Amino acid sequence: MKTFTKRLLAVATLAILAASPLQAKTFKWAFQGDVQSLDPHALNETFTMGFMGNVYEALSAYTDDLELVPALAESWSNPEPSKWIIKLRKGVKFQEGGDFNADDVIFSWKRCLSEGSDMKGRAGLIKEMKKIDDYTVEAITPSPNPILMQEMAWLYIMDKEWSIEHKTAETTNVKGGEEGNYANMHANGTGPFIITDRQPDVKTIFKRNENYWGNPKTNITEGIFTPVKQAATRVAALISGELDLIYPVPVQDWKRLEKASGVKPLSGPEARTIFLGMDSSRDELLYSNIKGKNPLKDVRVRKAFAHALNLEAIHKKVMRGASTPAGLLVAPQVNGFSEALNTPYSYDPELSKKLLAEAGYPDGFEITIDCPNNRYVNDEKICQAAAGMLAKIGVKVEVFAQPKSKYFAKVLAQNNYDTSFYLLGWTPGSMDSHNVLINLLSCQNKEKKMGTFNFGNYCNAEIDALTDKVGSETNPAKRQAMIDKAFKIAKDEVAYLPIHQQPLSWGVRDGVSVSQRADNVLDLRSVVLQ
Amino acid sequence: MVMLAVAFIAFSLFRYVGNPINNMVGQDTSIAEREEIRKQLGLDDPFFVQFGNFVIDAVHGEFGSSYRHRRPVSDLLAERLPATLELSFFSGMIALFIGIPMGIYTALNRKSVLSKIFMTLSLIGVSLPTFLIGILFILFFGVILQWLPTFGRGEVVQVGWWSTGLLTISGWKALIMPAVTLALFQMTLIMRLVRAEMLEVLQTDFIKFARARGLPTRSVHFRHALKNTLVPVITITGLQFGSIIAFAIITESVFQWPGMGLLFIQAIHEVDIPVMAAYLVMIALFFVVINLIVDILYFFVDPRLRVDRAAV
Repeated sequence: MKTFTKRLLAVATLAILAASPLQAKTFKWAFQGDVQSLDPHALNETFTMGFMGNVYEALSAYTDDLELVPALAESWSNPEPSKWIIKLRKGVKFQEGGDFNADDVIFSWKRCLSEGSDMKGRAGLIKEMKKIDDYTVEAITPSPNPILMQEMAWLYIMDKEWSIEHKTAETTNVKGGEEGNYANMHANGTGPFIITDRQPDVKTIFKRNENYWGNPKTNITEGIFTPVKQAATRVAALISGELDLIYPVPVQDWKRLEKASGVKPLSGPEARTIFLGMDSSRDELLYSNIKGKNPLKDVRVRKAFAHALNLEAIHKKVMRGASTPAGLLVAPQVNGFSEALNTPYSYDPELSKKLLAEAGYPDGFEITIDCPNNRYVNDEKICQAAAGMLAKIGVKVEVFAQPKSKYFAKVLAQNNYDTSFYLLGWTPGSMDSHNVLINLLSCQNKEKKMGTFNFGNYCNAEIDALTDKVGSETNPAKRQAMIDKAFKIAKDEVAYLPIHQQPLSWGVRDGVSVSQRADNVLDLRSVVLQ
Repeated sequence: MVMLAVAFIAFSLFRYVGNPINNMVGQDTSIAEREEIRKQLGLDDPFFVQFGNFVIDAVHGEFGSSYRHRRPVSDLLAERLPATLELSFFSGMIALFIGIPMGIYTALNRKSVLSKIFMTLSLIGVSLPTFLIGILFILFFGVILQWLPTFGRGEVVQVGWWSTGLLTISGWKALIMPAVTLALFQMTLIMRLVRAEMLEVLQTDFIKFARARGLPTRSVHFRHALKNTLVPVITITGLQFGSIIAFAIITESVFQWPGMGLLFIQAIHEVDIPVMAAYLVMIALFFVVINLIVDILYFFVDPRLRVDRAAV
């Protein structure tokens, strides 16, 4: 009897819901932290950019499959190698009513060059911007740049009049001050969602923008975002039904989500590649018992390391089958990826021992690996697993795991790359291999801003030359051939030890459909609630 | 003086927490730009210059801007203070109003079954870490029974600059679990303290005389014995209230309670030095003020102190 009444009630509720045309659909989700600022130019970081992408838009955008499509631009052309003509979309309005036009584009580009901006690098890809008419702009790049529009997808457009009216014509500065403060706490973009309430670290409420120019598939009318720092609390809130989606979910909690009713884990490959890097340039390793020489300078030792790592075991045991073992520094979603080069080094500890003996270290040696413990999925565990595997060929690895703030302070350029062996993860912001060539595979060069994240300073003049050419080659086939060639050299010389692409790890309530983008961005445009 | 010392110790520790700049910029930001920001923020200055600047600004009530939020630290603390104070106040109340009666009961009825249950429970309360208790509560009341929300503060109402969760049902519901979690340790501590003091006082001569004079048991217990146990209880409770505020950090992070403790934890993760410094100095201030209040309270509870004072 009771169940019958319940059913009746359910049917009645459904009928009422179906009858009312204006269904309020509220979507509640949580991430482990909050955005630092609502200012779209203040921090160039994936979560912030993805979050703000619901409110602000750029000239181009990425689809759910990370394909580049026009957004606020209607189309673009590249008539001369260093000149771009961009046609803008007409009839687009900012959320507070302002019209979108060429002035806003040029204004936003200039704002990205202001002092507090973290987008200077991206804005610097354009040397000069000119207004041709209200809906056409011309951009001049310092050198030919085939992937300009890939980069522009992250340069959000603000309303010039609104910014000037609220004295936020310059980016919010970390130093504080009046300038820019308004955009730090308020947003006015052209995107499908409007921020109506913002309490940093507590709650952010989004309302659907009824005047949005596009036609996204989402049916949500309201979004409530709450950062929840503790993973256990986040998972509990999902299971108890207080939230519709959470990320990240710790890998060890997947089973719990599978068992619990009404929720499920959602996982897919992320475009982030996790790899180990080695100091192959210093004459003596900073953290090793071998004095007077650097064993990692010898390609045979690096090869020995490569063949000693059992990626399959890391995939199965550490990552519980959720990662994608890799042989390249770029993921399949990244432009320039090559399937042929992605085969991992074979697991062959006997070969490793032979190579070590040939190089003059038959009994191995000692080395310390630097490792973050709260940055990537199971980062510390990967280091420990790798240490165990290297122990089998006689290399004694001490794992030095620290929180990311301390880890990066130690290994980055500001501290003179104070490491001998380390774990790092990388997603190219532009989704293009050139970014990887510049940051990870070029020789360190402060003036040219090359090899900034090449902590071990693996250096090969041929790759440097190829990197330069890739940067300005506009023919896709020729460009791909050059990228392949550079990656092949890096692979033969064991510049790095790629481990895997880490898994995306989200948890959703049944009845929520969402596209899980490989760059770990949650785009509300793709969320459909049942 | 205490606060100056706290600030000094805090500052000497900050150099070991990591480099804040890397959390403030994206991966594509060049080294030169990172160094530029570092210089602008004065992080390259010698230790004593940094410390001196901090103290001078702090005296003027100026704590600088948070690196992470890009807003004045004083605004952030003011925003978060109500949440922490409401939570601390209620868990203090729970600890007192349940802890003291439990203590009296167990002292007077030492042999009863209920006393033994109380004592066993108090052992659990003292020995289980707050973090675990919080998670167990969430699992039981939040996930399995679904009676109470698992995180956050519920709906809050803004009264002037004070945001309160006490005017909404969801606010009260959200308060229960964190407040009890935070109160548990203090409650068992107060209970055991009251019990021990009470037992001691009951052995003293003046209680025996009171009994001999034929005063009613009730009056002996509550008028004479209890009053004399209160001095140490007040001291401890006062100090514990300070530590409730300070140690709300763990409870706040388990329940995602948007108070100062959570702000502090996040500041540590992101190496947000101005927030860390201001928070520590503020907690030091709390302790100083609470100690002062406790000292003043003595005069009201213990007449002997008043006599001494008068004699001097």
